Amino acid sequence: MVPLTQKMTLPEQVTSWLMSDARTQTASEASAVGLSLKKGGIRWGEFAIQSSLGFCALISVITTIVIVFVLATESYSFFSDVSPIDFLFGTQWVPLFEPSSYGVLPLLWGTLVITFGAAAIAIPVGLASAIYISEYASARVRTIVKPVLELLAGIPTVVYGYFALTFVTPVLQNILPGLNVFNALSGAIVVGIMILPTIATLSDNALRAVPDTLRQGAYALGATSFEVTTQVVVPTGLSGVMASFLLAISRAIGETMAVTLAAGATPNLSFTLQESIQTITAYIVQVSLGDTPADGIAYKTIFAVAAVLFLLTLILNMLSQWVLNKYRAEYD
Amino acid sequence: MTSMTHPEQGSESKHISIAEPSILDLQNVTISYSGKAAVRNVSFPIAEHKITSIIGPSGCGKSTLLRALNRMNDFVDDVSLEGTISYLGENLYGKDIDPVTLRRRIGMVFQKPNPFPKSIYRNVSWGPQINGYKQPLDDLVEHSLVQAALWNEVKDRLHESALSLSGGQQQRLCIARALAMSPDILLMDEPCSALDPISTSHIEDLLFELKSQYTIVIVTHNMQQAARASDYTAFLEMGMLIEFGATKQMFTVPRQKRTEEYVTGRFG
Repeated sequence: MVPLTQKMTLPEQVTSWLMSDARTQTASEASAVGLSLKKGGIRWGEFAIQSSLGFCALISVITTIVIVFVLATESYSFFSDVSPIDFLFGTQWVPLFEPSSYGVLPLLWGTLVITFGAAAIAIPVGLASAIYISEYASARVRTIVKPVLELLAGIPTVVYGYFALTFVTPVLQNILPGLNVFNALSGAIVVGIMILPTIATLSDNALRAVPDTLRQGAYALGATSFEVTTQVVVPTGLSGVMASFLLAISRAIGETMAVTLAAGATPNLSFTLQESIQTITAYIVQVSLGDTPADGIAYKTIFAVAAVLFLLTLILNMLSQWVLNKYRAEYD
Repeated sequence: MTSMTHPEQGSESKHISIAEPSILDLQNVTISYSGKAAVRNVSFPIAEHKITSIIGPSGCGKSTLLRALNRMNDFVDDVSLEGTISYLGENLYGKDIDPVTLRRRIGMVFQKPNPFPKSIYRNVSWGPQINGYKQPLDDLVEHSLVQAALWNEVKDRLHESALSLSGGQQQRLCIARALAMSPDILLMDEPCSALDPISTSHIEDLLFELKSQYTIVIVTHNMQQAARASDYTAFLEMGMLIEFGATKQMFTVPRQKRTEEYVTGRFG
Protein backbone atom coordinates (compact mmCIF):
# COMPACT_ATOMS: atom_id res chain seq x y z
CA MET A 1 0.00 0.00 0.00
CA VAL A 2 1.30 3.46 -0.91
CA PRO A 3 1.69 5.66 2.18
CA LEU A 4 -0.75 8.56 1.97
CA THR A 5 1.87 11.02 3.09
CA GLN A 6 3.80 10.53 -0.12
CA LYS A 7 3.18 13.39 -2.52
CA MET A 8 0.89 12.32 -5.35
CA THR A 9 -1.34 14.08 -7.80
CA LEU A 10 -5.03 13.46 -7.22
CA PRO A 11 -5.56 10.99 -10.11
CA GLU A 12 -2.55 9.01 -8.91
CA GLN A 13 -3.96 8.92 -5.41
CA VAL A 14 -7.40 7.73 -6.57
CA THR A 15 -5.77 5.01 -8.65
CA SER A 16 -3.69 3.87 -5.72
CA TRP A 17 -6.82 3.60 -3.53
CA LEU A 18 -8.60 1.64 -6.19
CA MET A 19 -5.62 -0.66 -6.65
CA SER A 20 -5.19 -1.48 -2.98
CA ASP A 21 -7.67 -4.14 -2.02
CA ALA A 22 -9.24 -3.26 1.32
CA ARG A 23 -9.92 -6.90 2.09
CA THR A 24 -6.26 -7.73 2.13
CA GLN A 25 -5.54 -5.10 4.78
CA THR A 26 -4.12 -6.71 7.90
CA ALA A 27 -5.29 -5.80 11.37
CA SER A 28 -2.03 -4.07 12.13
CA GLU A 29 -2.40 -1.96 9.01
CA ALA A 30 -5.94 -1.06 10.05
CA SER A 31 -4.86 0.07 13.49
CA ALA A 32 -2.03 1.98 11.88
CA VAL A 33 -4.59 4.16 10.06
CA GLY A 34 -6.57 4.81 13.27
CA LEU A 35 -9.23 2.06 13.49
CA SER A 36 -8.44 1.30 17.14
CA LEU A 37 -11.30 -0.08 19.26
CA LYS A 38 -10.01 1.73 22.34
CA LYS A 39 -12.13 4.44 23.88
CA GLY A 40 -11.23 7.93 22.72
CA GLY A 41 -12.16 11.10 24.64
CA ILE A 42 -15.73 12.11 25.53
CA ARG A 43 -17.94 12.86 22.56
CA TRP A 44 -18.80 16.42 23.50
CA GLY A 45 -21.67 16.88 21.04
CA GLU A 46 -23.39 13.75 22.32
CA PHE A 47 -22.80 14.83 25.90
CA ALA A 48 -24.27 18.31 25.26
CA ILE A 49 -27.41 16.89 23.65
CA GLN A 50 -27.93 14.31 26.38
CA SER A 51 -27.55 16.82 29.18
CA SER A 52 -29.80 19.46 27.63
CA LEU A 53 -32.53 16.87 27.05
CA GLY A 54 -32.14 15.69 30.63
CA PHE A 55 -32.31 19.28 31.88
CA CYS A 56 -35.60 19.86 30.04
CA ALA A 57 -37.07 16.73 31.60
CA LEU A 58 -35.83 17.89 34.99
CA ILE A 59 -37.66 21.26 34.74
CA SER A 60 -41.09 19.68 35.10
CA VAL A 61 -39.95 17.44 37.93
CA ILE A 62 -38.47 20.42 39.82
CA THR A 63 -41.61 22.51 39.19
CA THR A 64 -43.79 19.79 40.64
CA ILE A 65 -41.57 19.41 43.68
CA VAL A 66 -41.54 23.19 44.30
CA ILE A 67 -45.33 23.46 43.97
CA VAL A 68 -45.92 20.55 46.32
CA PHE A 69 -43.42 22.06 48.77
CA VAL A 70 -45.08 25.52 48.73
CA LEU A 71 -48.56 24.01 49.07
CA ALA A 72 -47.40 21.82 51.94
CA THR A 73 -45.62 24.55 53.94
CA GLU A 74 -48.34 27.19 53.50
CA SER A 75 -51.06 24.65 54.27
CA TYR A 76 -49.11 23.54 57.34
CA SER A 77 -49.00 27.10 58.60
CA PHE A 78 -52.73 27.43 57.87
CA PHE A 79 -53.48 24.28 59.85
CA SER A 80 -51.56 25.63 62.83
CA ASP A 81 -54.36 28.24 63.07
CA VAL A 82 -57.34 26.18 61.94
CA SER A 83 -57.97 22.62 63.00
CA PRO A 84 -57.97 20.15 60.06
CA ILE A 85 -61.19 18.65 61.42
CA ASP A 86 -63.00 22.00 61.22
CA PHE A 87 -61.54 22.53 57.76
CA LEU A 88 -62.48 19.15 56.33
CA PHE A 89 -65.90 18.77 57.92
CA GLY A 90 -67.06 22.34 58.44
CA THR A 91 -70.08 23.37 56.43
CA GLN A 92 -69.53 27.15 56.53
CA TRP A 93 -66.92 28.84 54.35
CA VAL A 94 -66.62 32.47 55.56
CA PRO A 95 -62.89 33.20 55.43
CA LEU A 96 -62.94 36.91 54.65
CA PHE A 97 -65.39 38.31 57.23
CA GLU A 98 -65.84 38.13 60.97
CA PRO A 99 -66.85 35.80 62.52
CA SER A 100 -64.82 33.67 60.14
CA SER A 101 -65.34 29.97 59.48
CA TYR A 102 -63.17 27.66 57.44
CA GLY A 103 -65.23 24.62 56.49
CA VAL A 104 -64.15 23.55 53.01
CA LEU A 105 -67.19 21.39 52.26
CA PRO A 106 -69.18 24.11 50.44
CA LEU A 107 -66.28 24.76 48.06
CA LEU A 108 -65.64 21.05 47.56
CA TRP A 109 -69.33 20.56 46.97
CA GLY A 110 -69.36 23.36 44.39
CA THR A 111 -66.45 21.79 42.55
CA LEU A 112 -68.01 18.32 42.59
CA VAL A 113 -71.42 19.59 41.46
CA ILE A 114 -69.87 21.29 38.45
CA THR A 115 -67.64 18.29 37.70
CA PHE A 116 -70.30 15.61 37.96
CA GLY A 117 -72.88 17.77 36.24
CA ALA A 118 -70.50 18.43 33.36
CA ALA A 119 -69.53 14.75 33.17
CA ALA A 120 -73.18 13.68 33.19
CA ILE A 121 -73.71 15.81 30.09
CA ALA A 122 -70.40 15.32 28.31
CA ILE A 123 -69.82 11.57 28.74
CA PRO A 124 -72.99 10.28 27.07
CA VAL A 125 -73.09 12.98 24.41
CA GLY A 126 -69.33 12.79 23.77
CA LEU A 127 -69.27 9.00 23.54
CA ALA A 128 -72.33 9.00 21.30
CA SER A 129 -70.68 11.56 19.01
CA ALA A 130 -67.50 9.51 18.91
CA ILE A 131 -69.45 6.36 18.03
CA TYR A 132 -71.33 8.22 15.32
CA ILE A 133 -68.20 9.75 13.80
CA SER A 134 -66.16 6.57 13.97
CA GLU A 135 -68.74 3.89 13.15
CA TYR A 136 -71.66 5.41 11.28
CA ALA A 137 -70.69 8.67 9.57
CA SER A 138 -69.54 8.67 5.96
CA ALA A 139 -66.04 9.94 5.21
CA ARG A 140 -67.56 13.21 3.98
CA VAL A 141 -69.54 13.88 7.15
CA ARG A 142 -66.49 13.00 9.26
CA THR A 143 -64.27 15.52 7.48
CA ILE A 144 -66.77 18.25 8.38
CA VAL A 145 -67.77 17.23 11.91
CA LYS A 146 -64.33 16.43 13.32
CA PRO A 147 -62.72 19.86 12.66
CA VAL A 148 -65.81 21.62 14.04
CA LEU A 149 -65.52 19.59 17.25
CA GLU A 150 -61.84 20.41 17.49
CA LEU A 151 -62.65 24.09 16.98
CA LEU A 152 -65.02 23.86 19.95
CA ALA A 153 -62.03 22.76 22.03
CA GLY A 154 -60.07 25.81 20.96
CA ILE A 155 -62.56 28.42 22.24
CA PRO A 156 -61.14 30.32 25.27
CA THR A 157 -62.86 29.29 28.48
CA VAL A 158 -63.80 32.85 29.39
CA VAL A 159 -65.97 32.89 26.26
CA TYR A 160 -67.82 29.86 27.60
CA GLY A 161 -68.44 31.74 30.85
CA TYR A 162 -69.81 34.68 28.97
CA PHE A 163 -71.90 32.33 26.84
CA ALA A 164 -73.37 30.87 30.03
CA LEU A 165 -74.29 34.29 31.44
CA THR A 166 -75.73 35.81 28.29
CA PHE A 167 -77.30 32.80 26.60
CA VAL A 168 -77.62 29.61 28.66
CA THR A 169 -78.92 31.23 31.86
CA PRO A 170 -81.57 33.42 30.13
CA VAL A 171 -82.81 30.38 28.20
CA LEU A 172 -82.94 28.29 31.39
CA GLN A 173 -84.73 31.11 33.21
CA ASN A 174 -87.58 30.75 30.74
CA ILE A 175 -87.92 27.11 31.75
CA LEU A 176 -87.13 27.49 35.49
CA PRO A 177 -88.49 30.90 36.51
CA GLY A 178 -86.81 30.95 39.95
CA LEU A 179 -83.32 30.53 38.52
CA ASN A 180 -80.58 32.74 39.93
CA VAL A 181 -78.48 34.79 37.50
CA PHE A 182 -75.48 32.88 38.79
CA ASN A 183 -76.32 29.20 39.12
CA ALA A 184 -74.66 25.80 39.24
CA LEU A 185 -76.82 24.34 36.51
CA SER A 186 -75.68 26.78 33.88
CA GLY A 187 -72.05 26.35 34.98
CA ALA A 188 -72.28 22.56 34.73
CA ILE A 189 -73.85 22.82 31.28
CA VAL A 190 -71.17 25.06 29.79
CA VAL A 191 -68.32 23.09 31.36
CA GLY A 192 -70.01 19.99 29.94
CA ILE A 193 -70.04 21.57 26.48
CA MET A 194 -66.44 22.63 26.99
CA ILE A 195 -65.13 19.13 27.77
CA LEU A 196 -67.35 17.47 25.17
CA PRO A 197 -64.82 17.78 22.31
CA THR A 198 -62.09 16.22 24.47
CA ILE A 199 -64.23 13.15 25.01
CA ALA A 200 -65.55 13.03 21.44
CA THR A 201 -62.22 13.40 19.62
CA LEU A 202 -60.13 11.21 21.94
CA SER A 203 -62.80 8.48 22.05
CA ASP A 204 -63.14 8.68 18.28
CA ASN A 205 -59.39 8.14 17.95
CA ALA A 206 -59.59 5.19 20.34
CA LEU A 207 -62.49 3.61 18.46
CA ARG A 208 -60.92 4.15 15.09
CA ALA A 209 -57.73 2.45 16.29
CA VAL A 210 -59.76 -0.77 16.69
CA PRO A 211 -58.69 -2.98 13.76
CA ASP A 212 -61.26 -3.27 10.98
CA THR A 213 -60.74 -7.03 10.88
CA LEU A 214 -62.52 -7.28 14.26
CA ARG A 215 -65.56 -5.44 12.90
CA GLN A 216 -65.63 -7.70 9.86
CA GLY A 217 -65.30 -10.79 12.04
CA ALA A 218 -68.31 -9.65 14.04
CA TYR A 219 -70.40 -8.77 10.98
CA ALA A 220 -69.60 -12.19 9.51
CA LEU A 221 -71.34 -13.75 12.53
CA GLY A 222 -74.58 -11.98 11.67
CA ALA A 223 -74.18 -9.06 14.05
CA THR A 224 -75.95 -5.75 13.50
CA SER A 225 -74.01 -2.47 13.43
CA PHE A 226 -75.23 -1.68 16.92
CA GLU A 227 -74.05 -5.06 18.30
CA VAL A 228 -70.69 -4.69 16.58
CA THR A 229 -70.25 -1.20 18.01
CA THR A 230 -71.38 -1.79 21.56
CA GLN A 231 -70.06 -5.32 22.08
CA VAL A 232 -66.89 -5.43 20.02
CA VAL A 233 -65.61 -1.98 19.07
CA VAL A 234 -66.25 -0.06 22.30
CA PRO A 235 -64.98 -2.83 24.63
CA THR A 236 -61.84 -3.16 22.51
CA GLY A 237 -61.17 0.58 22.56
CA LEU A 238 -62.27 0.91 26.19
CA SER A 239 -58.93 1.93 27.68
CA GLY A 240 -58.71 4.89 25.31
CA VAL A 241 -62.35 5.79 25.89
CA MET A 242 -61.89 5.71 29.68
CA ALA A 243 -58.75 7.82 29.34
CA SER A 244 -60.75 10.44 27.47
CA PHE A 245 -63.38 10.52 30.24
CA LEU A 246 -60.81 10.96 32.97
CA LEU A 247 -58.87 13.60 31.10
CA ALA A 248 -62.10 15.52 30.52
CA ILE A 249 -63.09 15.20 34.19
CA SER A 250 -59.70 16.51 35.30
CA ARG A 251 -60.27 19.48 33.04
CA ALA A 252 -63.69 20.08 34.56
CA ILE A 253 -62.29 19.96 38.14
CA GLY A 254 -59.61 22.51 37.32
CA GLU A 255 -61.83 24.74 35.20
CA THR A 256 -61.88 28.31 36.56
CA MET A 257 -63.06 31.13 34.31
CA ALA A 258 -66.22 29.58 32.92
CA VAL A 259 -67.48 28.50 36.35
CA THR A 260 -66.58 31.79 38.01
CA LEU A 261 -68.65 33.67 35.46
CA ALA A 262 -71.50 31.16 35.25
CA ALA A 263 -71.91 29.85 38.78
CA GLY A 264 -70.87 32.89 40.78
CA ALA A 265 -68.99 33.26 44.07
CA THR A 266 -71.30 32.14 46.85
CA PRO A 267 -69.96 29.20 48.86
CA ASN A 268 -73.11 27.20 49.21
CA LEU A 269 -73.84 23.65 50.30
CA SER A 270 -77.05 23.74 48.29
CA PHE A 271 -78.56 20.61 46.83
CA THR A 272 -80.53 22.41 44.15
CA LEU A 273 -78.64 23.45 41.09
CA GLN A 274 -80.57 26.70 40.77
CA GLU A 275 -78.51 28.76 43.20
CA SER A 276 -75.14 30.37 43.00
CA ILE A 277 -72.24 28.30 44.29
CA GLN A 278 -68.48 28.69 44.44
CA THR A 279 -65.89 26.19 43.29
CA ILE A 280 -62.38 25.87 44.73
CA THR A 281 -60.84 27.47 41.67
CA ALA A 282 -63.33 30.35 41.66
CA TYR A 283 -62.47 31.04 45.32
CA ILE A 284 -58.75 31.12 44.54
CA VAL A 285 -59.41 33.68 41.79
CA GLN A 286 -61.52 35.79 44.15
CA VAL A 287 -58.77 35.94 46.78
CA SER A 288 -55.90 36.34 44.33
CA LEU A 289 -57.54 39.31 42.64
CA GLY A 290 -58.83 41.05 45.75
CA ASP A 291 -56.99 43.09 48.38
CA THR A 292 -56.53 40.28 50.86
CA PRO A 293 -53.31 41.00 52.79
CA ALA A 294 -50.59 38.54 51.85
CA ASP A 295 -49.67 37.49 55.39
CA GLY A 296 -53.12 36.97 56.90
CA ILE A 297 -54.89 33.72 57.51
CA ALA A 298 -57.39 34.53 54.74
CA TYR A 299 -54.50 34.54 52.28
CA LYS A 300 -53.24 31.18 53.50
CA THR A 301 -56.64 29.60 52.83
CA ILE A 302 -55.96 29.54 49.09
CA PHE A 303 -53.00 27.23 49.66
CA ALA A 304 -55.06 24.93 51.82
CA VAL A 305 -57.89 24.71 49.27
CA ALA A 306 -55.35 24.36 46.44
CA ALA A 307 -53.89 21.40 48.32
CA VAL A 308 -57.36 19.84 48.40
CA LEU A 309 -57.71 20.41 44.65
CA PHE A 310 -54.27 18.95 44.09
CA LEU A 311 -55.14 15.83 46.07
CA LEU A 312 -58.41 15.50 44.18
CA THR A 313 -56.71 15.52 40.77
CA LEU A 314 -53.92 13.29 42.06
CA ILE A 315 -56.46 10.69 43.19
CA LEU A 316 -58.23 10.96 39.85
CA ASN A 317 -54.99 10.47 37.94
CA MET A 318 -54.09 7.45 40.04
CA LEU A 319 -57.58 6.09 39.49
CA SER A 320 -57.24 6.57 35.74
CA GLN A 321 -53.88 4.77 35.70
CA TRP A 322 -55.43 1.91 37.61
CA VAL A 323 -58.41 1.74 35.26
CA LEU A 324 -56.18 1.89 32.20
CA ASN A 325 -53.96 -0.92 33.44
CA LYS A 326 -56.91 -3.04 34.44
CA TYR A 327 -58.61 -2.82 31.04
CA ARG A 328 -55.40 -2.95 29.09
CA ALA A 329 -54.51 -6.24 30.73
CA GLU A 330 -57.88 -7.66 29.78
CA TYR A 331 -58.12 -6.39 26.22
CA ASP A 332 -54.62 -6.48 24.81
CA MET B 1 -79.23 -28.41 5.67
CA THR B 2 -81.03 -31.41 4.36
CA SER B 3 -80.02 -32.50 0.92
CA MET B 4 -82.16 -30.83 -1.70
CA THR B 5 -81.95 -30.84 -5.44
CA HIS B 6 -81.99 -27.69 -7.51
CA PRO B 7 -82.21 -28.88 -11.09
CA GLU B 8 -83.20 -25.44 -12.36
CA GLN B 9 -79.96 -23.86 -11.13
CA GLY B 10 -77.66 -26.68 -12.10
CA SER B 11 -78.88 -26.73 -15.68
CA GLU B 12 -78.80 -22.94 -16.06
CA SER B 13 -75.05 -22.72 -15.52
CA LYS B 14 -73.74 -22.59 -19.05
CA HIS B 15 -71.08 -25.16 -19.96
CA ILE B 16 -70.68 -26.03 -16.30
CA SER B 17 -72.39 -28.95 -14.67
CA ILE B 18 -71.62 -30.74 -11.47
CA ALA B 19 -72.80 -34.08 -10.20
CA GLU B 20 -74.02 -32.80 -6.82
CA PRO B 21 -76.84 -30.40 -6.08
CA SER B 22 -75.56 -26.82 -5.90
CA ILE B 23 -76.16 -24.65 -2.85
CA LEU B 24 -74.89 -21.43 -4.41
CA ASP B 25 -75.07 -20.47 -8.04
CA LEU B 26 -73.16 -17.59 -9.56
CA GLN B 27 -74.63 -16.26 -12.78
CA ASN B 28 -72.78 -13.63 -14.82
CA VAL B 29 -71.40 -11.97 -11.71
CA THR B 30 -69.54 -8.71 -12.30
CA ILE B 31 -68.21 -6.76 -9.31
CA SER B 32 -66.85 -3.25 -9.71
CA TYR B 33 -65.08 -0.81 -7.38
CA SER B 34 -65.84 2.79 -8.41
CA GLY B 35 -66.85 1.56 -11.86
CA LYS B 36 -63.69 -0.52 -12.36
CA ALA B 37 -64.49 -4.21 -12.73
CA ALA B 38 -62.58 -6.53 -10.37
CA VAL B 39 -64.62 -9.62 -11.27
CA ARG B 40 -66.07 -9.98 -14.78
CA ASN B 41 -69.00 -12.08 -15.83
CA VAL B 42 -68.24 -15.09 -13.67
CA SER B 43 -70.62 -18.07 -13.55
CA PHE B 44 -70.14 -21.33 -11.69
CA PRO B 45 -72.02 -23.46 -9.16
CA ILE B 46 -70.93 -24.38 -5.67
CA ALA B 47 -71.68 -27.97 -4.74
CA GLU B 48 -73.31 -28.78 -1.45
CA HIS B 49 -71.13 -30.55 1.16
CA LYS B 50 -68.06 -30.21 -1.02
CA ILE B 51 -65.00 -28.04 -0.87
CA THR B 52 -64.69 -25.57 -3.70
CA SER B 53 -61.42 -23.69 -4.02
CA ILE B 54 -60.94 -20.42 -5.84
CA ILE B 55 -57.40 -20.01 -7.12
CA GLY B 56 -55.58 -17.43 -9.20
CA PRO B 57 -52.70 -14.96 -9.09
CA SER B 58 -52.72 -12.03 -6.65
CA GLY B 59 -55.21 -9.33 -7.56
CA CYS B 60 -57.30 -11.63 -9.76
CA GLY B 61 -60.46 -10.84 -7.79
CA LYS B 62 -60.77 -14.09 -5.87
CA SER B 63 -61.18 -12.48 -2.44
CA THR B 64 -63.62 -9.94 -3.87
CA LEU B 65 -65.66 -12.79 -5.29
CA LEU B 66 -65.60 -14.71 -1.99
CA ARG B 67 -66.70 -11.64 -0.03
CA ALA B 68 -69.61 -11.19 -2.42
CA LEU B 69 -70.98 -14.57 -1.29
CA ASN B 70 -71.96 -13.30 2.18
CA ARG B 71 -72.22 -9.63 1.24
CA MET B 72 -69.13 -8.53 3.12
CA ASN B 73 -68.50 -6.17 0.20
CA ASP B 74 -71.44 -4.12 1.46
CA PHE B 75 -69.00 -2.41 3.84
CA VAL B 76 -66.77 -1.21 1.03
CA ASP B 77 -67.69 2.19 -0.38
CA ASP B 78 -68.70 2.43 -3.99
CA VAL B 79 -68.84 -1.27 -4.82
CA SER B 80 -71.50 -2.62 -7.16
CA LEU B 81 -72.52 -6.08 -8.28
CA GLU B 82 -74.28 -7.16 -11.46
CA GLY B 83 -75.61 -10.62 -12.22
CA THR B 84 -77.11 -12.93 -9.61
CA ILE B 85 -75.85 -15.15 -6.84
CA SER B 86 -78.60 -17.53 -5.84
CA TYR B 87 -78.61 -19.32 -2.54
CA LEU B 88 -81.14 -22.17 -2.56
CA GLY B 89 -83.04 -20.38 -5.30
CA GLU B 90 -83.06 -16.91 -3.71
CA ASN B 91 -81.02 -14.03 -5.09
CA LEU B 92 -78.61 -12.90 -2.34
CA TYR B 93 -78.71 -9.40 -3.73
CA GLY B 94 -82.51 -9.25 -3.93
CA LYS B 95 -84.14 -6.16 -2.42
CA ASP B 96 -85.89 -8.12 0.33
CA ILE B 97 -82.76 -9.96 1.54
CA ASP B 98 -81.47 -8.99 5.00
CA PRO B 99 -77.67 -9.26 4.88
CA VAL B 100 -77.50 -9.71 8.68
CA THR B 101 -79.66 -12.85 8.57
CA LEU B 102 -77.81 -14.02 5.49
CA ARG B 103 -74.42 -13.86 7.26
CA ARG B 104 -75.76 -16.15 10.00
CA ARG B 105 -76.21 -18.82 7.33
CA ILE B 106 -73.04 -18.12 5.37
CA GLY B 107 -70.11 -17.73 7.77
CA MET B 108 -66.60 -16.53 7.08
CA VAL B 109 -63.04 -17.13 8.25
CA PHE B 110 -60.56 -14.40 7.37
CA GLN B 111 -57.01 -14.32 6.11
CA LYS B 112 -55.53 -13.10 9.38
CA PRO B 113 -56.84 -14.64 12.61
CA ASN B 114 -59.13 -11.99 14.14
CA PRO B 115 -60.38 -13.27 17.49
CA PHE B 116 -62.23 -10.73 19.62
CA PRO B 117 -60.31 -9.46 22.64
CA LYS B 118 -62.60 -11.52 24.86
CA SER B 119 -62.17 -14.90 26.51
CA ILE B 120 -61.89 -18.05 24.40
CA TYR B 121 -65.34 -19.05 25.61
CA ARG B 122 -66.91 -15.68 24.76
CA ASN B 123 -65.40 -15.71 21.29
CA VAL B 124 -67.35 -18.85 20.51
CA SER B 125 -70.53 -18.04 22.42
CA TRP B 126 -70.88 -14.43 21.26
CA GLY B 127 -72.33 -15.08 17.80
CA PRO B 128 -75.03 -17.52 18.92
CA GLN B 129 -75.83 -15.30 21.91
CA ILE B 130 -76.53 -12.15 19.92
CA ASN B 131 -78.60 -14.21 17.53
CA GLY B 132 -80.88 -15.47 20.28
CA TYR B 133 -79.54 -19.00 20.80
CA LYS B 134 -81.47 -20.44 23.72
CA GLN B 135 -79.89 -23.84 24.42
CA PRO B 136 -77.08 -24.26 26.99
CA LEU B 137 -74.04 -22.40 25.70
CA ASP B 138 -71.49 -24.65 27.42
CA ASP B 139 -72.40 -27.59 25.19
CA LEU B 140 -72.32 -25.46 22.07
CA VAL B 141 -68.92 -23.99 22.94
CA GLU B 142 -67.46 -27.42 23.64
CA HIS B 143 -68.98 -28.92 20.48
CA SER B 144 -67.69 -26.09 18.29
CA LEU B 145 -64.20 -26.23 19.76
CA VAL B 146 -64.13 -30.02 19.31
CA GLN B 147 -65.17 -29.60 15.67
CA ALA B 148 -62.40 -27.07 15.16
CA ALA B 149 -59.89 -29.51 16.73
CA LEU B 150 -59.02 -27.00 19.43
CA TRP B 151 -60.88 -28.36 22.46
CA ASN B 152 -58.04 -30.44 23.92
CA GLU B 153 -55.67 -27.51 23.80
CA VAL B 154 -57.98 -24.98 25.46
CA LYS B 155 -60.42 -26.91 27.65
CA ASP B 156 -58.60 -25.91 30.86
CA ARG B 157 -58.28 -22.24 29.94
CA LEU B 158 -61.62 -21.35 28.39
CA HIS B 159 -61.84 -18.10 30.33
CA GLU B 160 -58.41 -16.83 29.39
CA SER B 161 -58.10 -14.18 26.71
CA ALA B 162 -58.23 -15.49 23.16
CA LEU B 163 -55.22 -13.31 22.43
CA SER B 164 -53.05 -15.58 24.59
CA LEU B 165 -53.36 -18.32 21.94
CA SER B 166 -50.83 -18.91 19.15
CA GLY B 167 -51.62 -17.79 15.59
CA GLY B 168 -52.69 -21.28 14.47
CA GLN B 169 -54.85 -21.74 17.56
CA GLN B 170 -56.41 -18.32 17.03
CA GLN B 171 -57.33 -19.27 13.48
CA ARG B 172 -58.92 -22.52 14.67
CA LEU B 173 -60.78 -20.46 17.28
CA CYS B 174 -62.09 -18.27 14.47
CA ILE B 175 -63.24 -21.42 12.69
CA ALA B 176 -64.92 -22.63 15.90
CA ARG B 177 -66.58 -19.23 16.23
CA ALA B 178 -67.97 -19.53 12.70
CA LEU B 179 -69.07 -23.16 13.26
CA ALA B 180 -70.94 -22.23 16.44
CA MET B 181 -73.47 -20.46 14.23
CA SER B 182 -74.09 -23.79 12.38
CA PRO B 183 -73.84 -22.07 9.01
CA ASP B 184 -74.80 -23.80 5.76
CA ILE B 185 -71.71 -22.50 4.07
CA LEU B 186 -68.29 -21.60 5.41
CA LEU B 187 -66.25 -19.11 3.37
CA MET B 188 -62.50 -19.12 4.00
CA ASP B 189 -60.28 -16.35 2.68
CA GLU B 190 -56.73 -17.73 2.53
CA PRO B 191 -57.14 -19.10 6.06
CA CYS B 192 -53.61 -20.51 6.23
CA SER B 193 -51.61 -17.69 4.69
CA ALA B 194 -50.53 -16.32 8.07
CA LEU B 195 -49.78 -19.73 9.57
CA ASP B 196 -46.82 -22.09 9.85
CA PRO B 197 -46.84 -25.45 8.02
CA ILE B 198 -47.93 -27.45 11.07
CA SER B 199 -50.91 -25.21 11.78
CA THR B 200 -51.72 -25.29 8.08
CA SER B 201 -51.88 -29.07 8.02
CA HIS B 202 -54.09 -29.00 11.16
CA ILE B 203 -56.53 -26.78 9.33
CA GLU B 204 -56.45 -28.83 6.12
CA ASP B 205 -57.24 -31.99 8.11
CA LEU B 206 -60.06 -30.05 9.64
CA LEU B 207 -61.53 -29.18 6.24
CA PHE B 208 -61.93 -32.89 5.44
CA GLU B 209 -63.73 -33.46 8.72
CA LEU B 210 -66.04 -30.54 8.20
CA LYS B 211 -67.21 -31.14 4.68
CA SER B 212 -69.64 -33.88 5.68
CA GLN B 213 -71.66 -31.20 7.46
CA TYR B 214 -70.76 -27.93 5.76
CA THR B 215 -70.23 -26.57 2.30
CA ILE B 216 -66.81 -24.90 2.17
CA VAL B 217 -65.53 -22.31 -0.27
CA ILE B 218 -61.85 -21.55 0.16
CA VAL B 219 -59.70 -18.94 -1.51
CA THR B 220 -56.07 -19.93 -1.66
CA HIS B 221 -52.93 -19.07 -3.57
CA ASN B 222 -51.35 -22.31 -2.47
CA MET B 223 -51.67 -24.78 -5.38
CA GLN B 224 -50.91 -27.84 -3.28
CA GLN B 225 -53.58 -26.83 -0.81
CA ALA B 226 -56.18 -26.48 -3.55
CA ALA B 227 -55.14 -29.81 -5.09
CA ARG B 228 -55.07 -31.64 -1.74
CA ALA B 229 -58.10 -30.21 -0.08
CA SER B 230 -60.78 -29.35 -2.61
CA ASP B 231 -63.31 -31.21 -4.76
CA TYR B 232 -63.94 -28.42 -7.23
CA THR B 233 -61.67 -25.63 -8.36
CA ALA B 234 -62.37 -22.31 -10.03
CA PHE B 235 -59.37 -20.60 -11.65
CA LEU B 236 -59.61 -16.83 -12.00
CA GLU B 237 -57.30 -14.52 -13.84
CA MET B 238 -57.76 -10.75 -14.14
CA GLY B 239 -61.28 -11.05 -12.81
CA MET B 240 -62.35 -13.62 -15.39
CA LEU B 241 -63.14 -17.28 -14.82
CA ILE B 242 -60.65 -19.18 -16.96
CA GLU B 243 -61.75 -22.64 -15.94
CA PHE B 244 -64.01 -24.40 -13.48
CA GLY B 245 -64.15 -28.12 -12.91
CA ALA B 246 -63.45 -31.07 -10.65
CA THR B 247 -60.11 -30.48 -8.91
CA LYS B 248 -58.64 -33.78 -10.07
CA GLN B 249 -59.36 -32.93 -13.70
CA MET B 250 -58.14 -29.33 -13.35
CA PHE B 251 -54.79 -30.43 -11.99
CA THR B 252 -54.25 -33.41 -14.28
CA VAL B 253 -55.91 -32.64 -17.60
CA PRO B 254 -56.79 -28.94 -17.61
CA ARG B 255 -58.84 -27.84 -20.60
CA GLN B 256 -57.23 -24.40 -20.82
CA LYS B 257 -53.56 -23.71 -21.50
CA ARG B 258 -53.52 -20.85 -18.94
CA THR B 259 -54.76 -23.24 -16.25
CA GLU B 260 -52.04 -25.70 -17.04
CA GLU B 261 -49.38 -23.00 -16.90
CA TYR B 262 -50.71 -21.71 -13.59
CA VAL B 263 -51.17 -25.03 -11.78
CA THR B 264 -47.74 -26.24 -12.87
CA GLY B 265 -46.25 -23.07 -11.52
CA ARG B 266 -45.05 -21.56 -14.76
CA PHE B 267 -46.51 -18.19 -13.76
CA GLY B 268 -48.40 -16.56 -10.93
